[in-house]
Amino acid sequence: MSLDLRSKAELRAEKRKNRTGVYLVSPGLLVLALFFALPVVILLAMSLYVKPPGAEVGEFVPGFEISNYGTVLTAYWPELLRSFFFALIATVLALLIGFPMAYLVAVRLREKTLLQGILLVLLIAPFFSSFILRTQAWKQILADEGFVAQALKFIAILPADGHLTATPIAVVAGLTYNFLPFMVLPIYANLGRLDTRLLEASGDLYASPIVAFTKVTLPMSAPGVFAGTLLTFIPAAGDYVNSALLGNNRDTTMIGQVIDSRFFKIIDYPGAAALSFVLMISILILVTIYIRRFGTEELM
Amino acid sequence: MRQKIGRWLIPVIGGAAFIYLLVPIAYIFVFSFNDGGRANLQWQRFTMDNWLNPCGAPAVCESLGHSLQIGVVATVIATVLGTGIAIGLVRYKFRFRKLTDVLIILPLATPEVVLGASLLAQFLNLGWELGYGTIVIAHVVFCMSFVIVTVRARVSSLDSRLEEAAADLYASPVAAFWKVTFPLLLPGIIAAALLSFAMSFDDFIITNFNSGAYQTFPKFIYVSATRGIPAQANVIGSAMFIVALLVVVTGQVISYRKNKQLENS
Repeated sequence: MSLDLRSKAELRAEKRKNRTGVYLVSPGLLVLALFFALPVVILLAMSLYVKPPGAEVGEFVPGFEISNYGTVLTAYWPELLRSFFFALIATVLALLIGFPMAYLVAVRLREKTLLQGILLVLLIAPFFSSFILRTQAWKQILADEGFVAQALKFIAILPADGHLTATPIAVVAGLTYNFLPFMVLPIYANLGRLDTRLLEASGDLYASPIVAFTKVTLPMSAPGVFAGTLLTFIPAAGDYVNSALLGNNRDTTMIGQVIDSRFFKIIDYPGAAALSFVLMISILILVTIYIRRFGTEELM
Repeated sequence: MRQKIGRWLIPVIGGAAFIYLLVPIAYIFVFSFNDGGRANLQWQRFTMDNWLNPCGAPAVCESLGHSLQIGVVATVIATVLGTGIAIGLVRYKFRFRKLTDVLIILPLATPEVVLGASLLAQFLNLGWELGYGTIVIAHVVFCMSFVIVTVRARVSSLDSRLEEAAADLYASPVAAFWKVTFPLLLPGIIAAALLSFAMSFDDFIITNFNSGAYQTFPKFIYVSATRGIPAQANVIGSAMFIVALLVVVTGQVISYRKNKQLENS
């Protein structure tokens, strides 16, 4: 048993202080409970709705139709797998491109404040010019009659009847492009704190640059890499703007597109809700495994 | 020799990546000067008309106005509520902390399409009409998590002894908050608000689920993408990019000057 040595007045002050905490947290928490937690529960309920016999389009009654899940999963498992596959490739590519970017800005240009500032601004500013406008710009840049496709055809990398848009490559490139800043910024934040004297020390101890990288730089930037991969993978898996604008055919359909069209074109609310729920749970499972395997305390 | 390759590899890959990041923005900027008619797909000839008359195409400025308004309103609400949660979580003890943590992290781990779909399911069940109000609610929810994470990092790094010192100097808790804590948190809160505005302004997927017939700027572009986006949209995209550049540059100059002042004093 521990002895509480504080006086009654102190305890009362503490209680009052903690009540302030409740006042600070409650309004926001209420919004999250009403407009995040409750909707997810309603989504789950809706995924089990039944279509009564002879019902009109869009008419459903509450029920417990677990077979809704079986139906949509049999029909759309390829799109679900493809979404995770595309998101995975895009995340790996974003890491391969984003790490050198973050390293360049955070470590190599550390002394050159002006250039570092300019590149950092260029990294953040694309957020403000609409991402759909940028995706559409890619579509036009990569179009069949565009400069890039023509040049690739000229040097025979692309066959004369080949396309760049409407391919899985275009969709993955678009995903990589759109979520790249989400990868770079957390890594930049971590590398900014990297003490370069550690690298010099490893060099003095005859470590090759590669060994110095794997033993010093990479472990020191691990929390940034960890946060960046999550911030890229999660939105990429659910995205459908890239697959709709840059792909838009059967080989590129992602699960988000299916959910959108089930909701708005086919008006199959239970099916769309079931797919959304499956997507949410699969991502949560993947993320939990990932956090257990590689997680760090520093994430939050 | 290998060392030399290593020295050059990072700037080359990093530099190429920056070009990759900026190519579409350059394209948007160049085509904002195109006299390309309604579709603006092929380069025709140079014109200033689009810049002189950015509202020339139907619905461009209307949807932009909607997006700016929603962005500001959602950002103000999300920043106030999120800052409250961030301070409360770090500085105070209360029950259900673990649950609160989960409630904050979960929206970040949920893809937009699921957030949008679940809110739509709720609004359909409640029988609420989709439009301005439902968009603002949806934006507040997803912006709040980003605000909480950003501000919380700032609160955690704050030295709580500063507030104790204020209390020792007979500042009331309220005075201590506004005179000491808040000014120190302000850069974090501003960064969170900017991030929140950017996320709201650029959001398409969640908005698309919860907007009904209400037009926002991203929605306008997405819908017109099939028949060609008018050059005026490029003007607005470029202008937003330039404004963002100016805002971030100003912020950097201010923090640079402050650091210089601190060094000198």
